[in-house]
Amino acid sequence: MSRSAAQQPFTRPRATAVAAVAALALGGLAACSTPEAEAADTPGVTDDTVTIGAHTPLTGPAAAGYSSISAAATAYFEYLNAQGGIHGRSIEYVVKDDSYNPATTSTVVRDLVQNEDVFAIVNGLGTPTHLAVLDYLNKQGVPDLFVASGSASFNQPEAMPWTFGFNTDYVTEGKVLAHYVAEQHPDETYCLLRQDDEFGEDLASGIGHGVELASVQTYAVSDDDVTAQIGAMQAAGCTVNFLATVNGFTAMAIGTAAQMKYPATWATSSSGGDYPTLVGFLGEDLGPVLLEGLVSTNYLPFGASDEWVTLFQQVNDEYNDGAPFTGNTIYGMSVAYTFAEALLRAGEDPTRDSLVAALESGDVTGNGVLPLAFSADDHSAFHGAGITEVHDGVQAYVDGQVLTTDAADGGVEPFDGAAVPLANAGVPTE
Amino acid sequence: MTSSTTTRDAAPAGDEVRGALPRAARPRVRRTVARAVLVVLLVVAGTFLLDPYRNYLLALVGAYLCATAGLGLLVGRSGQLSLGHAALMAAGGYGYALTAGAAADLPDGLRTVLGLLVAVVVAAVVGLLVGLAGARLHGPYLAGLTLALVMALPAITTTVPGLGGDRGLTVPFQPVPDALDAVIALEQWQAWVVAVVAGVVVTALVLVDAGRTGVRQRAVRDDEVAAALAGVPVGRTKVVAFVLSAAAAGVGGALLCFVTQNVSPGAFTVSLSLLLLVGVVVGGVGRLAGAVVGAVLVVVLPWLVSLLTEALPLGAELARRLDGNLALLLFGVLLVVLTVLAPEGVAGAVSRRRAARRRAARRPGREAP
Repeated sequence: MSRSAAQQPFTRPRATAVAAVAALALGGLAACSTPEAEAADTPGVTDDTVTIGAHTPLTGPAAAGYSSISAAATAYFEYLNAQGGIHGRSIEYVVKDDSYNPATTSTVVRDLVQNEDVFAIVNGLGTPTHLAVLDYLNKQGVPDLFVASGSASFNQPEAMPWTFGFNTDYVTEGKVLAHYVAEQHPDETYCLLRQDDEFGEDLASGIGHGVELASVQTYAVSDDDVTAQIGAMQAAGCTVNFLATVNGFTAMAIGTAAQMKYPATWATSSSGGDYPTLVGFLGEDLGPVLLEGLVSTNYLPFGASDEWVTLFQQVNDEYNDGAPFTGNTIYGMSVAYTFAEALLRAGEDPTRDSLVAALESGDVTGNGVLPLAFSADDHSAFHGAGITEVHDGVQAYVDGQVLTTDAADGGVEPFDGAAVPLANAGVPTE
Repeated sequence: MTSSTTTRDAAPAGDEVRGALPRAARPRVRRTVARAVLVVLLVVAGTFLLDPYRNYLLALVGAYLCATAGLGLLVGRSGQLSLGHAALMAAGGYGYALTAGAAADLPDGLRTVLGLLVAVVVAAVVGLLVGLAGARLHGPYLAGLTLALVMALPAITTTVPGLGGDRGLTVPFQPVPDALDAVIALEQWQAWVVAVVAGVVVTALVLVDAGRTGVRQRAVRDDEVAAALAGVPVGRTKVVAFVLSAAAAGVGGALLCFVTQNVSPGAFTVSLSLLLLVGVVVGGVGRLAGAVVGAVLVVVLPWLVSLLTEALPLGAELARRLDGNLALLLFGVLLVVLTVLAPEGVAGAVSRRRAARRRAARRPGREAP
């Protein structure tokens, strides 16, 4: 009688050794691990291409909200390449899925840097995910541009010299929002519903600079109901409610309040105030009614009449199969435009050093409602934001309400410059 | 999935009883340890042939191997099914991160060792609690309990202060020791550390399995009543199996944290739990080679799939959509195909074929099945 499989010992010498060797052999015995002298060429840059990479959730629960960003950026790069690229080089944007899982982010970013040999990481998405690779990218000296997060962790020029953020810092955004609301709606009772993480905490601290909060409620992203929180805000007698929420929870909060017949003024940050997305959640019929009067911060071009938006809409139709056009689309294309501008200013033969030097010189303006504020001792992108309001189903900037401040105790001041105008059909030039 | 092996295992386990005798045990221990040292040395030597990215993948395989080896033993030997091994890995990962964070002043090596020890203890304690409850539960009920554990993980990390919520905890880089700095890359060093630690864990599991505890586990799996009649403490045996498996998974989580400098609930999801189990089943339940195959699959398959989607002439949009999902799909297909064609997994199929060939060689003229 032959011995059955499960009776055999757990380990067999040959099987173990074979498996161990197979594990090693997988993927090929390509190069040696020993550190080599830096090659003369700049990684990712050839005579006619520049390869850059990004990690972003294309699958998993977070994909619904964010996967359109990298698609929009890719579309802009295709448009740019069709116009001749930058210094005659076309840009190849390699996007890797990390499912919003920090462990996967570590893997795909190493893949991008070590296998794909990217010139830079551009718009890696998410605070927890990007924190997992922050150290690594800075140790390796890989430019880590325009992280899709407003966390202060990505503005540490001394400790993390290769990393630059893109979103307006959450504290700054909170200060701007609260300042405007306190001016427009004085003598009201203010409340706050916030996400129970760093994003909600930072916004809350900024909002706290401008108004006194009668009640602060929190929710976890795993919650599927905010009735208790909205009820508490109603009970506290709040008439103006701040939302440090992402779009899904903004819609849930406003929808829940409507069901409870609780009228209030709502004010959100840019991360949770995208009108097309919110209407998607609330429906074409109810959305415009419930969102009437919604106040929100934003720092990127917005509104149907804006020339940037018109251009991006054309690019979206032509290079992105006419995907739904939302704030995410504008965000993705703005990031891509800003990288193109940085690459242009990095010179005819860009290196990783010259790219970072171009950003730190302050010459890169971007396409926001106020110019980018990068400098050698500040790696945060925008030092302020504009205010949008929804009226009659249209979300648009409130004229003259672009405010600047800092992430500390500084006052909120009106910005007296102009938004960066569109030039040369959205292809950056000298 | 254990039922097919259960019926076949009802045959007398003569070898194992003999193997449990202490007189015969000592040379076997020596042999096992010698073999483990050899394999670890082989792997360490092998890292010189790999580039940093593949060494990094190798380190990940080592980390997941700890979890799949423990899970493979739990499922294959004690017959208990766990869908919560990702949560046990997380317990180890958080234990490591908290210790390494608190012991920032200690020398690098000591900090790592201390972190690993705490990881083992934390994971074993969690495993003990679950195991105590689990010993009273059978099959799907234990699976349900462990599934609840992994699903509750995000809520636990947001509720308990100091665990960093969704963002998790970050551990500072553990650089290559100065003496080796000029010779090897960081990823290679990480692969070395993981190879040694995983080697220790797997060797410990193998020794336990080959000894008296292993015999008891198999007895309990095959027939609890018979085992109890033979004087085997059924409940305790099951709990011990769970604690051992949890401790191994905890080391895996700690190694993952050591390699990626990060631990957060996002890294230990229900789908990782299922992937670990699928990896173990696809590789072959209750076999070390199966656990290795499982760990390799968990790490390498998503990467191979992204290579595939890049190579195929797909539209950019479709390729992006497939990138993450195709790996899961392939996992599913692999699972179905293997359970139909090779119910004992890859490792089972290989050793079955080898056994058949040997039989055919012994008895010429007779066809191999």
